[in-house]
Amino acid sequence: MAWTKKILRVNLTDGVIQAEPLNMEWAQQYLGQRGLATRYLVEEVDSQVDALSPENKFIMATGPLTGTMASTGGRYSCITKSPLTGAIACSNSGGFFGAEMKNAGWDMIILEGKSPTPVYLYVEDSEARLIPADDLWGKSVWATDEEIHKKHQDPQIRIACIGRAAESGNLFAAVVNDLHRAAGRSGVGTVLASKNVKAVALRGTRGVGNLKDPMRFMNATFEHKQVLAANAVTGAGLPTYGTQVLMNVINELGALPTRNMREVRFEGAHSVSGEAMHEPRASDGKKNLTRNGGCFGCTIACGRISTVDRTHFSVKDKPQYWGNSGGLEYEAAWALGPDTGVDDLDALTYVNFLCNEDGLDPISFGATVAAAMELFEDGVLTTADTGGIELKFGSAEALVQITELTARGEGFGKEIGLGSKRLCEKYGRPELSMTVKGQEFPAYDPRGIQGMGLTYATSNRGACHLRSYTVSSEVLGIPIKTDPLVTDGKPELVIAFQDATAAVDSSGLCIFTTFAWSLDNIAPQIDAACEGDWSVEKCAEVGARIWQLERDFNMRAGLTGADDTLPKRLLKDAANVGPAEGKVCDLDAMLPKYYELRGWTTDGQLTSETRQRYGLPS
Amino acid sequence: MQKSLHIDPEKCTGCLQCEMACSYENEGVFNPSKSRIKVFTFHDEGRFVPYTCTQCDEAWCLQACPVDAIVLNFATGAKDILNDRCVGCKVCTIACPFGTVNYNTATGKVIKCDLCGGDPKCAEACPTSAITYVDANATGLERMRMWAAKTDTQTSAHA
Amino acid sequence: MNYVIIGTGPAGVVAAETLRQRQPLAAITLIGDEPEPPYSRMAIPYHLIGDIAEEGTHLRKAPAHFEREHIQRIEQHVTQIQADAHQLTLANGEQLGFDKLLLATGSRAVRPPIPGMDLPGVTNCWTLADARRIIAQANQGDDVILMGAGFIGCIILEALAKRGVNLTVVEMENRMVPRMMDEQSGGLLKRWCEQQGVRVFTSTRVNSVSQDGEQLAVELDSQPMMKVDLLICATGVKPNIELAKGWLQTEHGILVNRRLQTSHPDIFAAGDVAEGRDFSTGDYSVQAIQPTAVEHGFIAATNMSGGDYLHQGSINMNVLDTMGLISASFGLWQGVENGEAATLYDPEHYRYINLQFKGDRLVGANTLGMTQHIGALRGLIQNRTRLGKWKAHLMDNPSRFMEAYLQQRVA
Repeated sequence: MAWTKKILRVNLTDGVIQAEPLNMEWAQQYLGQRGLATRYLVEEVDSQVDALSPENKFIMATGPLTGTMASTGGRYSCITKSPLTGAIACSNSGGFFGAEMKNAGWDMIILEGKSPTPVYLYVEDSEARLIPADDLWGKSVWATDEEIHKKHQDPQIRIACIGRAAESGNLFAAVVNDLHRAAGRSGVGTVLASKNVKAVALRGTRGVGNLKDPMRFMNATFEHKQVLAANAVTGAGLPTYGTQVLMNVINELGALPTRNMREVRFEGAHSVSGEAMHEPRASDGKKNLTRNGGCFGCTIACGRISTVDRTHFSVKDKPQYWGNSGGLEYEAAWALGPDTGVDDLDALTYVNFLCNEDGLDPISFGATVAAAMELFEDGVLTTADTGGIELKFGSAEALVQITELTARGEGFGKEIGLGSKRLCEKYGRPELSMTVKGQEFPAYDPRGIQGMGLTYATSNRGACHLRSYTVSSEVLGIPIKTDPLVTDGKPELVIAFQDATAAVDSSGLCIFTTFAWSLDNIAPQIDAACEGDWSVEKCAEVGARIWQLERDFNMRAGLTGADDTLPKRLLKDAANVGPAEGKVCDLDAMLPKYYELRGWTTDGQLTSETRQRYGLPS
Repeated sequence: MQKSLHIDPEKCTGCLQCEMACSYENEGVFNPSKSRIKVFTFHDEGRFVPYTCTQCDEAWCLQACPVDAIVLNFATGAKDILNDRCVGCKVCTIACPFGTVNYNTATGKVIKCDLCGGDPKCAEACPTSAITYVDANATGLERMRMWAAKTDTQTSAHA
Repeated sequence: MNYVIIGTGPAGVVAAETLRQRQPLAAITLIGDEPEPPYSRMAIPYHLIGDIAEEGTHLRKAPAHFEREHIQRIEQHVTQIQADAHQLTLANGEQLGFDKLLLATGSRAVRPPIPGMDLPGVTNCWTLADARRIIAQANQGDDVILMGAGFIGCIILEALAKRGVNLTVVEMENRMVPRMMDEQSGGLLKRWCEQQGVRVFTSTRVNSVSQDGEQLAVELDSQPMMKVDLLICATGVKPNIELAKGWLQTEHGILVNRRLQTSHPDIFAAGDVAEGRDFSTGDYSVQAIQPTAVEHGFIAATNMSGGDYLHQGSINMNVLDTMGLISASFGLWQGVENGEAATLYDPEHYRYINLQFKGDRLVGANTLGMTQHIGALRGLIQNRTRLGKWKAHLMDNPSRFMEAYLQQRVA
């Protein structure tokens, strides 16, 4: 149980909204959220459709533990075909939206077709309706959030929506919920925009129950919360510094990709680190960080709530940005900072606000700006292209200007909205795009953390750290320490992380719990809540099945083993400093073994035995 | 010694574990919309403020109830709602100047904090000790009494 | 001390209990002229629906509550008060002495001066006796007119609908609950009722009522004549000031000072019968609402028993559940001169909020379709809270009142 066992299906083309029962047979095979929604997508969407056509579908899905008292049980995911990568998109978000969906009585919302005019979906428990959004189209996420709350006169409504970036066709536009939590990656916001859906607004008052064994569940969640509290990362590091605790650590390791991954260490890393966010600033003595905040049910609370220095050039004439909002997380700080060479914490905080305000994935955005900066430095782009912006590495002014344009989908910002792959191709320098399958890298250089090279190359949604965060093992020693410079054993490590992550992403819990929790901690919580047997082994098997199914979707979409690669820069240009000095990412040493362990052919296709083994749909 | 809830917004991260614990104890499901304690978010200020009934001495709700459905619990000091008496007239929801008595449309009765009979689940669930259950003479209660006093304009001593 | 209280509504009962608390040894007598234990009119609708038995309407539930408190109860009508003799006369001729007297005689339902209002098929809905009559006469399939869509009318509307009667509401003003809601929210309420299958005629008067066989023929000024089985009159109430008339200062109600004292130093008045101080205006008027009756009862009793408390005034406020649509009003919801208003109106979802400001203080409010934290509106008005920058936030989005309230308290 724990599932509401109900799906809300919204046909946008004809405006028909229906409730239907959740396929419980699939729930036993795919658990929920990421896995179960993928199963629905595979069933209902031809992998080869144009991601921005009405034939694509958009699924918002919760897990069985979403909305429960399990720590971090507030997650939901957006599953669709990605316009950025052409592969499956699955973007996970926290905040309060997911739990509200569950409280309204829905495991999933499936949006299909395309509305003839802009609308938003309003769901209040069992009542759902499409409401005209012509007046909201053209507004930012923040303005839309405000308007919808006002219209319904209910401060408790939870809203996920798109900003002007998505409307302008930006290919890495996010769905932002609760003002500054995002299903950020792979252009899921762009898909929503293509369907003329501005927002989904929810109000749930029914409650989440249906636990298999309530007493055991309450005991299990209580017990494992203690584990999170006692752990150095989840109990101290993350609450204090957020994910930004990593900035200095990764820089030390020589694995902090810098200036479009030309280098592996950033001289300005400290200025934009988690520690720097705690340092009082000169102008008003306040810290960048006001406090840490938690998503729904989260007892870690890694979220940053920050302000920009009012005297900073970026906001001094814009009092609307003087208040608090979501602050820098590590990946965003990296993409907007080290990768563009900008070491100005206030500039980064401001542009991060803008990414939330108009729904941009800060990783893809920052990395695309970094690529554009390299194009600019190489003379391929000029101020004639950029509309006068001196797009130089290290220029906070340029970063601020280009963010404002990209957020609104104006000027050269529209070109940035193509993403780095298309931008670099357009200007004849495809090798400068730091992407896999068209999606930009996050903040770990695979020359210094070899396992992450394999992670990026094989990630089903394109370059991503959250598909198998081997940094845990290779850097932090969780659950066991492995050498980041060694490739031996990494295929096994990556697969174990990929499978466990897929299971966690399907449960409703946050992947950050896995700094302290393994499936040994998580499976008992799922098992106490959900009907069926949810042993550690079953969870791992479900994770593996999900991975295979995602891969299957991608292969049918036309991707091949040739897409499981990295940019030449990482494979050929050695790191220039640090522990990895002289090293490239040795993907060739890992990929064949990985394929073999996955049960794939040497060119990366699923064998029929593998399909059979996991019971994948034919 | 009677105890009371002490709330320190400075420590709150807005995770709503308290709301879930409260609703689970009182409704049998995790349902923040039915929680007796609510966390309010001040986005601009970057603050989270848990808020619930202070069990004020004035007991506006108890006084206003036309059917004797709100009673003083002598063990806890809480003003408890007796569900079998409450008719759902909602007079207490407008009488309480703190806004902490709410009508539950699902049951047709009103709900408010009753300190879980002396074992408040919100305090137990709070991961940061933003909500604690402490001796009534501790500083927190003093502060709450001050809030209550600020609202006490119903009567005043003749100067 | 010998205290006598006339009236067994909330004001009288709270006063009796307050006196007992303050004066353990005093003699306290509570006189009521209905043959019932003290009960609450607020609860009658829930009795009509069948949610509660008659006992459920009783103001005090503990067995032998008044005996245990040593409050003597007399079920008699008081016919006369001899103030200077500190004595009163009961209908049975008995004389009763007092040191201090509280008049908490409440109000009664009135019928408009229209032909036929005295026919047996016409009833009020005010007392338990009325309720018994409605229960006997308004049943499945009966045709019923509810005359008056004020607070009382609306509060019994759902009960009547749930009893399965074929209901028509006739209101002479242009909207429902005109004394609690403005045109927008009153209009929404009408639409809501109609959507629930209740016929509502506003701006319509009943011209006359006449007997037509077993039924009543009801002539309306702007609609065809109707034949009904029962006409329930809820056109208003009037303070029961007869006992005071001529020798105490009275206008619409009995005049009192801020101690709830009448023009006679040993006689106090409280509740629906008293023209008490209004918090918002500082003027004296009859509010006729439950919370005010309770406040009056407490303050009057305190002053009768040696205390010296000044009434700061009661906030006029109401909450109403009309077939599931909940509305509330607080203070000067109609606004004040040179004031400002912030409203949000969402007719599609039956939601409405109206906040009225004077300077940066809230002075009144209406809500429709809201159930959460609405008491804070009272808090903001009663504290005369300076809203500061939150005034602008509320002008933009009045539904954020709870944040404004908390910001001022906890910040």
